[in-house]
Amino acid sequence: MSDPTLPETMAEIFARHRGQEGPMLPILHSVMEAFGHIPEGVVPLIAEELNLGRAEVHGVISFYHDFRKEPAGHHLLKICRAEACQAVGANALTERVLSKLGIGWGETTPDGRITVEPVYCLGLCACGPAAMVGNRVIGRADEAKIEEALA
Amino acid sequence: MKIYVPRDSAAKALGSDAVAAAIAAEAEARGLDVIVIRNGTRGMIWLEPLVEIEEGGARRAFGPVSPADVPALLDGTLEGLGKVDYIPFFARQTRLTFARCGLIDPLDLDAYEAHGGLAGLRRAIAMTGQQIVDEVKESGLRGRGGAGFPTGIKWQTVHDAEAEQKYIVCNADEGDSGTFADRMIMEGDPFTLIEGMAIAGLAVGATKGYVYLRSEYPDAIEVMNEAVRIGRARGLLGADVLGSGRAFDMEIRVGAGAYVCGEETSLLNSLEGKRGIVRAKPPLPALEGFLGKPTVVNNVISLATVPVIFEKGAQHYADFGLGRSKGTMPIQIAGNVKHGGLFETAFGMPLGELVNDVAGGTATGRPVKAVQVGGPLGAYMPPSKFDTPFAYEEFDGQGGLIGHAGVVIFDDTADMLQMARFAMEFCAVESCGKCTPCRIGAVRGVETIDRIAEGDGGAKELLVDLCETMKDGSLCALGGFTPYPVMSALENYPDDFATRKEAAE
Ligand SMILES: Cc1cc2nc3c(=O)[nH]c(=O)nc-3n(C[C@H](O)[C@H](O)[C@H](O)COP(=O)(O)O)c2cc1C
Ligand code: SF4
Ligand code: FES
Repeated sequence: MSDPTLPETMAEIFARHRGQEGPMLPILHSVMEAFGHIPEGVVPLIAEELNLGRAEVHGVISFYHDFRKEPAGHHLLKICRAEACQAVGANALTERVLSKLGIGWGETTPDGRITVEPVYCLGLCACGPAAMVGNRVIGRADEAKIEEALA
Repeated sequence: MKIYVPRDSAAKALGSDAVAAAIAAEAEARGLDVIVIRNGTRGMIWLEPLVEIEEGGARRAFGPVSPADVPALLDGTLEGLGKVDYIPFFARQTRLTFARCGLIDPLDLDAYEAHGGLAGLRRAIAMTGQQIVDEVKESGLRGRGGAGFPTGIKWQTVHDAEAEQKYIVCNADEGDSGTFADRMIMEGDPFTLIEGMAIAGLAVGATKGYVYLRSEYPDAIEVMNEAVRIGRARGLLGADVLGSGRAFDMEIRVGAGAYVCGEETSLLNSLEGKRGIVRAKPPLPALEGFLGKPTVVNNVISLATVPVIFEKGAQHYADFGLGRSKGTMPIQIAGNVKHGGLFETAFGMPLGELVNDVAGGTATGRPVKAVQVGGPLGAYMPPSKFDTPFAYEEFDGQGGLIGHAGVVIFDDTADMLQMARFAMEFCAVESCGKCTPCRIGAVRGVETIDRIAEGDGGAKELLVDLCETMKDGSLCALGGFTPYPVMSALENYPDDFATRKEAAE
């Protein structure tokens, strides 16, 4: 089921990025912004715009963690798994959050509300555990702070 | 009255937006004439949100401040910290690169100039490219992204290359756990980076710059984009940089969540729109970099340090430091720490002094068990190595590295076998896939450590062999240096690998 507005949106995105050197990542970020994921239907359009093979475009999309093929839940919660946050209990926090939501890393709650993903450092390492909901950063994260951000 | 409330993302993560809103609302309700300025952070993260009130030319600090403290803050009854400059953690620093961070509104170009900004660029404009390169060489500046390569020598190569187009690429991928200096300066003093890149452009004859900024830093992306826009509008960037008749412009590019894209050749592939696979060297990026053109690739802090070198002179900078580690390093102290944050100091301070005196030991108050220096590819240093001076060669001599100068502290509850396992797991997740010892070796590493955890002591020898293979057979430091944290954990904490453990849940 392809989105009928897709070609139009893509034309707009391409116009915005024409003239840039190495426009692939900027285009993919714009696609993420417009659709919340990378719909399969954009691949041939990008391939044509940038004069590349479809396989090549797929290859780029699959290389990067940010470019998801499926939409995320209403809220995207990222919890830092890296060393500095582990030093202040990130693993235990993650376990509590995931078990409460009843999902694992990378999964979405059945009601489609929350997706939880690991992230490796948010640059908040002096106030860990660190988490992020959308673009909102959370320091010294605990269940209460995370719940509040998800409300 | 001016009130400073940081917009740095660590301060925001601890509630500074709510504090700023509460101050504005309370001031309005009281009919007070208050200007709220959103500055960068002073780097004392345990005191964030750290609010400063400026009245009669003096700034007094308060922190951590919560919205509930705001009435008392405005009444003048809240207990304060005094002047920031006298807080011991701050007073002990030598702030060169971070001199303005936290002091000014990051997007106020006039305030930037009033505090020494643009003086370096103006001086560089009057010099030839070769003179600029020589000044950087004389300063002794080495790359702050990890490898410590002399910046002036890199610039010389690009300067000498013949090409109709050259580039300055700033590596703002800052993926190392325990590091946030790049983020802090981009959010707190972005014009320093822009000025440094412009000087680099003049030095080597590059007219275009890119900042490759990781997507995990939305606040830094916003500030940098805005600073570039202002820089263009005010003639700092564009066809005629500060009236010099020379062109330099730049663009902010956002990464897409791959640690390996911090490696410079992977970064260049990513910037070109390809998979972030590491390229074999040679050719050096200095000769065949972005789109095959001569390219300076430097870390944020390397470039952001260039303006102060030109403002104060190369010799002033080189007079700080220890041996071949010249100047200052913004050390980031993180993890389980009482006083965490950014501490800029001349190279040479012993690690133990940093951990115990400056940072006050662990937040939990328990004994320090290990300190990982230099990010996920850095060694775990036990307290027995705390007399190691913080400098490139000195850490190397102890089987460690300073990398981007992250210092992550762990207390005695840390399980070093699990930390070694995590290092292998991280390598497996983030490997670009080009070399077998990295791609497959890291997966085997996780399995082998699990076997040790299950009581198979013989697997330790296997792990050592595997580390050797990864060291010898990896193209870049992701596969090549992952053995550092693994082997240092195994060697320094044999007890964590000796006792029979339950398998990881
Ligand atoms: C796996 C890997 C990740 C790296 N990540 C970064 C990074 O995030 N930021 C950075 O500046 N350098 C990083 N580097 C080092 C760069 O390859 C390169 O040495 C550096 O950008 C050069 O700039 P400098 O000389 O100013 O340090 C990384 C290297 C490797 C092998
Ligand atoms: S060591 Fe790993 S990350 Fe580095 S080039 Fe080889 S496979 Fe890629
Ligand atoms: S390690 Fe978690 S924010 Fe840096």
